[in-house]
Amino acid sequence: MATLAVTRPPFGGFSFENCKRNAVIEGEVNKVGCSLPAARKTGTTICGVIFKDGVVLGADTRATEGMVVADKNCSKIHYISPNIYCCGAGTAADTEMTTQIISSNLELHSLSTGRLPRVATANRMLKQMLFRYQGYIGAALVLGGVDCNGPHLYSIYPHGSTDKLPYVTMGSGSLAAMAVFEDRYKPDMEEEDAKRLVRDAIAAGIFNDLGSGSNIDLCVITKSKVDYIRPHDEVNKKGIRETLMFRRLSFPEYIFMKHMGKAFQMVTVIIQDEEQLFMCVELHST
Amino acid sequence: MAAPAAMIPYFGQQMSSKNDLVPDWTRQEVSTGTTIMAVEYDGGVVIGADSRTTTGAYIANRVTDKLTPIHDRIFCCRSGSAADTQAIADVVTYHLNVHSGVIELDEPPLVETAANLFRASCYRYREELTAGILVAGWGGGRVLSSSPPVAVGGSGSTYIYGFMDSNYKPGLNKDQCLELTAAALSLAMERDGSSGGVVRLATISEEGVERRVILGNQLPKFSSH
Repeated sequence: MATLAVTRPPFGGFSFENCKRNAVIEGEVNKVGCSLPAARKTGTTICGVIFKDGVVLGADTRATEGMVVADKNCSKIHYISPNIYCCGAGTAADTEMTTQIISSNLELHSLSTGRLPRVATANRMLKQMLFRYQGYIGAALVLGGVDCNGPHLYSIYPHGSTDKLPYVTMGSGSLAAMAVFEDRYKPDMEEEDAKRLVRDAIAAGIFNDLGSGSNIDLCVITKSKVDYIRPHDEVNKKGIRETLMFRRLSFPEYIFMKHMGKAFQMVTVIIQDEEQLFMCVELHST
Repeated sequence: MAAPAAMIPYFGQQMSSKNDLVPDWTRQEVSTGTTIMAVEYDGGVVIGADSRTTTGAYIANRVTDKLTPIHDRIFCCRSGSAADTQAIADVVTYHLNVHSGVIELDEPPLVETAANLFRASCYRYREELTAGILVAGWGGGRVLSSSPPVAVGGSGSTYIYGFMDSNYKPGLNKDQCLELTAAALSLAMERDGSSGGVVRLATISEEGVERRVILGNQLPKFSSH
């Protein structure tokens, strides 16, 4: 029987062959005085909520590498199928590749069945793959979508356990986001209320968790449409630096220039003496 | 039972401990701390569980359903690692459907068959798994599972052995069993940090399965404070 999966699953049982090798490598590396490279982690706040007609998924956009922000605007809401999207927290590469593999397999499966894929199918494929790797794939996911049975929302942990709930949060900022949900979640919300709730939950994560930051991305999935809003809210806009310059053209004319990002203002002033010059500088620097 | 999976993941957690931004509990394995129990009566079996799943000190799911259907009238109560028990339950459900689907039987599968399938998986991978499972159901003829026909499991079960020993009497009917189960689970949830939330009950008999939820504020109270 031909299999339609892109990756071929190994034959029965678990394989722990590489664990000993990894331990040896770590030992050797530490002996030399170095440390193994840290994987880039998406500190992250991701969440999802089910409302009257569908699902709203939300995510922040910061990717960290140790204590440094590696990417200020990374996209954490991944495409799985036209009606299913998945937010990913944990190791950035793991979430990216895992969602791509399952998206691929799900498309083949959908062609084989001739139907739009179900969220439960995506959930099962993800949990079985993560369980096979016993937690070594550091991908914590929030999977949401709308299928023939209505809207569904799952949270999937790196070891392969899943929970099916009306509202979920994951990532380092999940406690802050969950606090917002526990306070304001109501069943059967309208779309605008749900979007506002998710936006506030992610904002709570961004402002109260060091590993989350930058902007808020939203994805609204209903039976008829998918709105991928990136960014929905730029809560951490980079400030514009102001520089004030002045130059003497020909005594007593001075030209003042104020640089603000790409724009600048220019003003020509006649100055009689030093004191007036200082006053002018003060005036123009506000 | 709140221990993460046994030997190997040790190194994985050491590597990522250098990153201070991501807190510790995000890397803990999800475990169903738990109190689960099953009580047999003449005509069926009552099973019950709490609803708390934890990752370290954080409650990942406060309304978990730990009573997982394996077949129409066979359920399992899960305790231990959430991922391990969900995976085993899925595998056994698949095998049981193949068993009764491919091998055409006139009657539904026996609870003993399901229990043996669980035992096969749990024993074969006993070094790698952390799972404590109660299998209960109605499978054709009545099989006397243990004497007394009561089973408790999970981290919270230690707090209610005394209660069960003193309060269980043979010959209870369905409603008395339900009351006993609800009371025992409430007591365990009160004392065990890894158990809590709501009480989920299910009654499995020849007529079918009846499910019930007792919310936190409706639980039987035992102490005045």
